[in-house]
Amino acid sequence: MDMMTLPLIAFADLFPRGVAQYAAGGLLIGLGVAVIYLGTGIIAGASTFLESTLSYVSDVPRFNRAKYLASRDWRVVFTLGIVGGGAVYALAFGEFGWTTDVQPWRLLGGGFLVGVGTRVGKGCTSGHGVCGVGSLSETSLVNVATFMAVAIGTAQVVAALGVSP
Amino acid sequence: MSDDDDGRGPAFTLVILLGGLVFGFGLGLSGMAKPEIVLGFLQFEDLGLLFVMGGAAVVSGVTFFGATRFLGRAPLTGRRYTRRLKTMDRNVPVGGAIFGVGWGLSGICPGAAYASVGVGNLPILWAVLGMFLGAYAQGFVRASRADEADAGTAASGD
Repeated sequence: MDMMTLPLIAFADLFPRGVAQYAAGGLLIGLGVAVIYLGTGIIAGASTFLESTLSYVSDVPRFNRAKYLASRDWRVVFTLGIVGGGAVYALAFGEFGWTTDVQPWRLLGGGFLVGVGTRVGKGCTSGHGVCGVGSLSETSLVNVATFMAVAIGTAQVVAALGVSP
Repeated sequence: MSDDDDGRGPAFTLVILLGGLVFGFGLGLSGMAKPEIVLGFLQFEDLGLLFVMGGAAVVSGVTFFGATRFLGRAPLTGRRYTRRLKTMDRNVPVGGAIFGVGWGLSGICPGAAYASVGVGNLPILWAVLGMFLGAYAQGFVRASRADEADAGTAASGD
């Protein structure tokens, strides 16, 4: 065992599946944002879709503000694009039909808190995490640091309690 | 911030759709569409997701920097290129913490959930339902609080 191989072994422990597909996926996520931004000047996040789409079915004034009414149609198109992109990936890599084993109550309850949290906190992993961090926005950096720390703590506690998957 | 007006014609719609497709493909390839991979990251079993967020933020950062510095207005809308700068207030860390609990519990976030639907992962619809219910509950509570109903500066988001 020489000095060169030790760091490599540690690295492999931290990244058991390597880093290539993660980095490539990340670059494409950024590229999707860039395509929309360069064409339209719009900085697209994924979670405002929830609020703006509710305006189709709800009279609550909160969802019917002018900015949501004006953007709700293209946000549906954007989301359909994301669904389609996921499908193209799955078909190309032979993973179509993959399903999660994470229990429904975790998905429903966690999803509920994600829905509340993104709306209270002004964005999600794409809005703050990708676009806000890419803008070097202090607001987004605070939001991302908060949700990262809390999410790590939550996942560790849930795992420690023996909840799996 | 200018208005996000709709109805700018087929080219506008096509660019939004194309961007969504690339975005969703990236979410699939990166593993974000699989809650198991996100939870594995949060439990320090596989830190690959650092490269997802890092890679995405670098591309968006370079794009935003270059466009705001060297380009004038977006061709399809005439909008000025800006950075994403939201105002800081108490809601930002509070919302982040609530989001963090939800993300740590479910391993899913909005964009990744939509992409996961595309993968054919039907159980993820529980998470999508939860997100809509959460967004509705938040909006309903906020709208019914009179003191905040007329505060035009209240939180908005992406």
